[in-house]
Amino acid sequence: MVRDWGHSVSPILGIWASQNYPRITNSYESIATINLSGGDSGSVTFSSIPQTYTHLQFRVFARDNRANVGNTIRWQFNGDTGTNYSSHLLYGDGSSAASAALTNDYGVATVVSSNSATSGVFGAFIMDILDYTNTNKYKTTRTLGGFDNNGSGDIELDSGLWRSTSAINQIAVRFNSATALKQYSYLALYGIKGA
Amino acid sequence: MPAGSTYSTIATTTLGSNQSIVTFSSIPGTYTDLVLITNAATTVANKDVYMHFNSDSGSNYSRTVLYGNGSSAASDRAANVSFGWIDYLGWTGTTLGTQVCVVNIMNYSNSTTNKTFLSRANNAASAVDANVGMWRNTAAINRIDIGATTSGIFITGSTFTLYGITAA
Repeated sequence: MVRDWGHSVSPILGIWASQNYPRITNSYESIATINLSGGDSGSVTFSSIPQTYTHLQFRVFARDNRANVGNTIRWQFNGDTGTNYSSHLLYGDGSSAASAALTNDYGVATVVSSNSATSGVFGAFIMDILDYTNTNKYKTTRTLGGFDNNGSGDIELDSGLWRSTSAINQIAVRFNSATALKQYSYLALYGIKGA
Repeated sequence: MPAGSTYSTIATTTLGSNQSIVTFSSIPGTYTDLVLITNAATTVANKDVYMHFNSDSGSNYSRTVLYGNGSSAASDRAANVSFGWIDYLGWTGTTLGTQVCVVNIMNYSNSTTNKTFLSRANNAASAVDANVGMWRNTAAINRIDIGATTSGIFITGSTFTLYGITAA
């Protein structure tokens, strides 16, 4: 995997970001799905996200078209294309563990497989977007993601920050060194209710 | 538009006696993702919990894992192996409640791509693991056999729960 973040990277230990706990069944609802069954797509956006949940969970099964086995792709909120995001990553590549910080970035970072991976190999990640409607707090995400290519791969725990107090009503992909998600990528957004 | 409640229990197994393999069969293909939660112990400690999909015990699995054992963080890889491991050093103990694993099996029912799963394994006495695994098969998953490597035996009271998540 080639890490082309396009930003300075410092080896700072990140937040232990992701666990996936059992959810309360009747508080977990599907909001919307994007299924690229018909072909590649260079634009992936979830818009008009309801403000009636407490947290969001973004579950993605994807591969992009970069000529590598894996790639970092970013996610932007509410159409904010500025450098108002940051991430900490703790990751393992099968040989060693490392950490990185992405500051003043163009989106919160996640990992997927890419076009040089064996055909049919897709990465996946699960991102929790916490307290997304709160207008008094910046927005924090935590992600468990990775891909395995039978001899290469990457597993990550990521923490992301969007420095905005706006309620999140849109999520869109922001590519870096890729231009599209490949056919058969599948992206699903869920809402988790509070009590 | 929200489609209503979508996180459903498919099946739960609590062992009434020691058992080497736990099976979820006839898994409906109607969900988008599966979530497997194990809270298990074995008669002998330090066993790795694994899955076989659709009874495939061939060398068609691989994984990349990140783990921390209290002293350092490290990563490891296995390719062309016959187990879909869901833990590494966060392996089983002999006391119930000492190891919990959460496995997300993504897009399990599609018949076009290989299958990718993400897991987190936790044993406070040994290590914490984050793992990504792949099954090199495009078949929809309809059966999961769960075992513990090197002839591990799950003890009475071990629990295994399978959930389905349905996208809109």
